[in-house]
Amino acid sequence: MFALIDGNNFYVSCERVFRPSLNGVPVVVLSNNDGCCVARSNEAKDLGIKMGQPWFEVKHLERIVGLVGLSANFVLYGDISDRMMSIAAGLGPTQEVYSIDESFIGMDGVRGDLVRRARTVRERILQWIGIPTCVGMAPTKTLAKLANHVAKTAERKPGSYPAELAQVCNFGALPAAELEAVFKATEVNEVWGVGRRIGRQLVDAGVTTVWDLANLDVAAVRGRWGVVLERTVRELRGQTCIGLDDAPEPKQQIACTRSFGRPVSALAPLEQAVSEFASRAAEKLRSQRGAAASVLVFVRTSPFRQGPQYSRSIVVPLRRPTADSRLLGTAAIDGMRAIWREGHDFAKAGVMLLDLEDEDRCQGELDLDVQEGSSRDTRRLMAAVDAVNGRFGKGMIHVGSTGQSGPPRAWGMRQERRTPQYTTQWSDVPVARA
Amino acid sequence: MNSIFDTPVAVGATDVSLPIAGTSVQCGFPSPAEDFQVQRLDLGSLLIKHPQATYFFRTAGTSMIDAGIDDGDLLVVDRGVKPLNRHIVVAVVDGEFTVKYLQLRAGRVRLKAANATFPDIVPREGQTIEVWGVVTACIKQFQV
Repeated sequence: MFALIDGNNFYVSCERVFRPSLNGVPVVVLSNNDGCCVARSNEAKDLGIKMGQPWFEVKHLERIVGLVGLSANFVLYGDISDRMMSIAAGLGPTQEVYSIDESFIGMDGVRGDLVRRARTVRERILQWIGIPTCVGMAPTKTLAKLANHVAKTAERKPGSYPAELAQVCNFGALPAAELEAVFKATEVNEVWGVGRRIGRQLVDAGVTTVWDLANLDVAAVRGRWGVVLERTVRELRGQTCIGLDDAPEPKQQIACTRSFGRPVSALAPLEQAVSEFASRAAEKLRSQRGAAASVLVFVRTSPFRQGPQYSRSIVVPLRRPTADSRLLGTAAIDGMRAIWREGHDFAKAGVMLLDLEDEDRCQGELDLDVQEGSSRDTRRLMAAVDAVNGRFGKGMIHVGSTGQSGPPRAWGMRQERRTPQYTTQWSDVPVARA
Repeated sequence: MNSIFDTPVAVGATDVSLPIAGTSVQCGFPSPAEDFQVQRLDLGSLLIKHPQATYFFRTAGTSMIDAGIDDGDLLVVDRGVKPLNRHIVVAVVDGEFTVKYLQLRAGRVRLKAANATFPDIVPREGQTIEVWGVVTACIKQFQV
């Protein structure tokens, strides 16, 4: 038995915890550089604002209906997520945190009324943290995800499903006839693992509802769409194919890429940018105890702007795998120097660390041409840097080429509408009138 | 005649490690406190009962000075505590946070200041007062 618990309109809900005046108001949270809507309140959904819709297309609603657009405050969302997940863990013995606002819980061995248990945990998250959530429960992860969709939709659109399935929906406790009715009332596109392309093919083939998909012949599905969709069909029938991933595999590549706040054409700021991205990626690399053997650097212009277009990437191989911010930064800068061209307005750049391996599994070599001290193990130095930055704030110790102490960075992210970091900075804690 | 001492004795399959007293041997007395080492007092563990439910607020204003809450103090606010009559709470009034005494009497909610010059806050027609969290501590820092 699995449960999927997730926060309703999570980013917007986080903002509302500390800005109660946003309750009842249409709110959207914008992606990096205030580009697109990545979270919408129910009021904003009712205005017809779509997921991923560019801000400039809906900005006029600010004046007309009082729409509020906020820059994403990921520091805040991360802290609230952490609080939420630790309470959600109380649902059952095992947990897989699937994304910032979603968590699967393994419910095997949990006795008693599961719906009541889920309602208790849901209430506690709402009361203690301030985030409304929905819970779906079922014998497989795909079904739990679907049950969660039903729980959410039943709450938001009364009449779409039976009202008692709102907020908490347990497929395992539904009589077969009711489950069939729910499956028949749900579009096939809502199924986890059915992407847009396969969804369209299924509809063309006359498979429009979840019920249709669950009743397809398994062998025929594998023949036409492959083993992934076969697995989905089996899961819809209650056969567990996807287990709980409570210890995720280390990542095979680590990327840090960003669109710039405004176009950048000179080489120097781009060197700063990729050096910074390399440092960020290196921190992630060290947190999974890895080392990278090559560094990919790319830079590109914006396809939405006038002017000459240019897009290039390069892979810089390293002599030996490392997690040292300085060496990775140097490689990134070398790469940028090789691909940069004069006379372009660049909109985005990024660094990807490739050929990752375990930090302890390194090929030894003879010191033939190495100067004294240069092959020294820098892991302790980097661990010290991470510890200092963890305690005194990001970037307290940084590689000089990231340009953090210089003038404001031309390539910095645009976040003109960000709320304060209420729970992670003493200077930003909310104010109560006394 | 063979005595038992002639028979080889099998060495145990597992290693036996002997405890070493203290972490290093020094000429002098071992620290008598060694067996009594525990965690040093931590202010967080005293002030925070429900870590996931606890948030901090800064006060602005003088309406709570008779409760010992001054302008600029730091409040520890616990959403995991059930608000009861006479608790000091952070409440939401007209979309703003305010800190006051909570009065629950005969099912009616009223927010009372701890300063005679401030009137009580009573919900008007259709207005709701939402208790956001219970203030469990007030922290003052002094100029040094």
